[in-house]
Amino acid sequence: MGNKKRDLILSLILAAVVTALLVYVDKEQHYSMLASVIQKASIYALLAVSLNLLNGFTGLFSLGQAGFMMLGAYTYAILTIPLEQHASVYQYFNGGIVNICLPAFVGVFAAGVVAVIFAWLVGKPCLKLKSDYLAIATLGFAEILRAIIQWEVLGPVTNASNILKKFPKFDSILTPVIVCAFCIFLIVLLINSSYGRAFKAIREDEIAAEAMGINLAKTKMQAFLTSAFFAGVGGALLAMFQASVQARSFTSAMTYEILLIVVIGGIGSVTGSIIGSFLYIASSEWWLRFLDDSQTYLGVNIPFMRGGFRMVVFSVVIMLIVLFYRQGIMGTKEFSWQGIIDFFKKPFAKRKRKAVEDNG
Amino acid sequence: MAENVLHIENVTMQFGGVVAVNNLNLDVNQGEIVALIGPNGAGKTTAFNCVTGVYEPTNGKIDFLGETIVENFPHGKMKKLYAGENMGMYSNVVSHTPDVITYKGIARTFQNIRLFSKLSVFENVLIAKHMRAKQNFFSAALHLNRAEEKRMREEAMALLEEQGLDKYKDDVAGSLPYGLQRRLEIARALATDPKLLLLDEPAAGMNPQETQELAVFISEIRDKHNLSIFLVEHHMDLVMNISDRIYVLDFGKLIAQGVPAEIQSDVRVIDAYLGVSEDE
Repeated sequence: MGNKKRDLILSLILAAVVTALLVYVDKEQHYSMLASVIQKASIYALLAVSLNLLNGFTGLFSLGQAGFMMLGAYTYAILTIPLEQHASVYQYFNGGIVNICLPAFVGVFAAGVVAVIFAWLVGKPCLKLKSDYLAIATLGFAEILRAIIQWEVLGPVTNASNILKKFPKFDSILTPVIVCAFCIFLIVLLINSSYGRAFKAIREDEIAAEAMGINLAKTKMQAFLTSAFFAGVGGALLAMFQASVQARSFTSAMTYEILLIVVIGGIGSVTGSIIGSFLYIASSEWWLRFLDDSQTYLGVNIPFMRGGFRMVVFSVVIMLIVLFYRQGIMGTKEFSWQGIIDFFKKPFAKRKRKAVEDNG
Repeated sequence: MAENVLHIENVTMQFGGVVAVNNLNLDVNQGEIVALIGPNGAGKTTAFNCVTGVYEPTNGKIDFLGETIVENFPHGKMKKLYAGENMGMYSNVVSHTPDVITYKGIARTFQNIRLFSKLSVFENVLIAKHMRAKQNFFSAALHLNRAEEKRMREEAMALLEEQGLDKYKDDVAGSLPYGLQRRLEIARALATDPKLLLLDEPAAGMNPQETQELAVFISEIRDKHNLSIFLVEHHMDLVMNISDRIYVLDFGKLIAQGVPAEIQSDVRVIDAYLGVSEDE
């Protein structure tokens, strides 16, 4: 019981520190790199956790994430562009045919719902497929969808291949953090429920899970729809963050980015995905930026430091992670204060034991 | 007369041109331990898989507690290919996925242990409780079903205690010794509240002492959980010890049935199976 109390106190302290930091960044450095990393990383954390729910917890290898994100982003954008802006946004389509403007939070929720509807349509035939085949089918779905959205005929709704903009954005960096934290909290609740256990059972052994009375088709669909819902919400948040939506940006590379975060963090670990997301976004957007600029050390201009070098270093780092940390940062473990304490204690304990051995 | 639990009637299972099980008739009554034995490849596990809904038999019918759970007749491609007997005897198709069969009250274990090996021992049993829970997706996901969740946990814990597995509760299932993994698999099957337990070679890979313990254990759980047990087995000692009745299968055909003493002295059985098996 003592541990529980200690953990609670530590968690409260952490929460207070994080909140204070966020409020400070929000007030003082609203346009800094740090602020943009925090926003983008929390959105990617949500996307990674929702993909992890499928890949890591249910064992369904899906690569449709970018497709569901795109659906979410478009739904949000289409439903929330203020009416007076329609003429300028849909300038090639006479102001478009969607003449509604909903509040932002309704738009975000609708984004999730639309993603769920499409996920159901895709999941019905595709979820019978196993492993790689499911990955190919969902990847194909995302690619097809990207083409369809850019189709001229759908222009009055989706603005075809033109950009959608002028919809409501975040007014504070706290908004995406809070929304994503709440969504991740919901996913964690689900994972720790009876259904979460059923997901894990399917991941471990489909045949045994079915013999234990778990309806494979239904349970897989539940996981797929939940993941799609949060991917849709994440897509809407990403749209708000970027302040514009264009189908061209939702490529399969985006899915791989998120998959990479899941792998770096640990397949089957929610906290791993969150940590992985912050590390990934911070390094790709911020910490490794300097590699793209030419630098002069000790009077010598380093020749290979130029635009694009960042991605080279980045790829090497990822290769190293995949080679030497195959389990990712967290493996399948979750964050716990006990784990942190043990981690810092271990070297000391070893040293202590060694000292005792040397003396004896 | 004891109530009939499982009634397998004229079941034939044909894969392409191969008849794996041919015209099997078999009954399990309430409270009985019935064994199905036979040499390797005789079709024992195939028969099991027909009962549990993994395979759809080509022809025949299976009743469970008076309800038809499986029925099929050769149709489609099989119509021409069919090489078994009793063609035209059945005309309905009744087929369920394995989870529905489990829900109706038939639980099973597997020949090669299929635990959720990376999950804890406790979780393994708890997962089997999921099926009978009344929660829906949202109430469970939002943890609104605390009373039910608590009950599920208590029941799972009680089962572990009963099987003497409670001290391994938090261990990873795959790390348990072999004998305990078998026991856990049985505990997990019991957690689905079955009326009939199907054990697929429960003594496979066990030494004589473990086998003996298993025999006691099987009789115990039958009495405690008011079960009927239908098992497929290779170990003659185990089968002769605990079975009320034995069916012998050879090349998919039933060649003998009766109480253990009859089977032991049956010439056909000795020819087909016992003489060979002792040396394996």
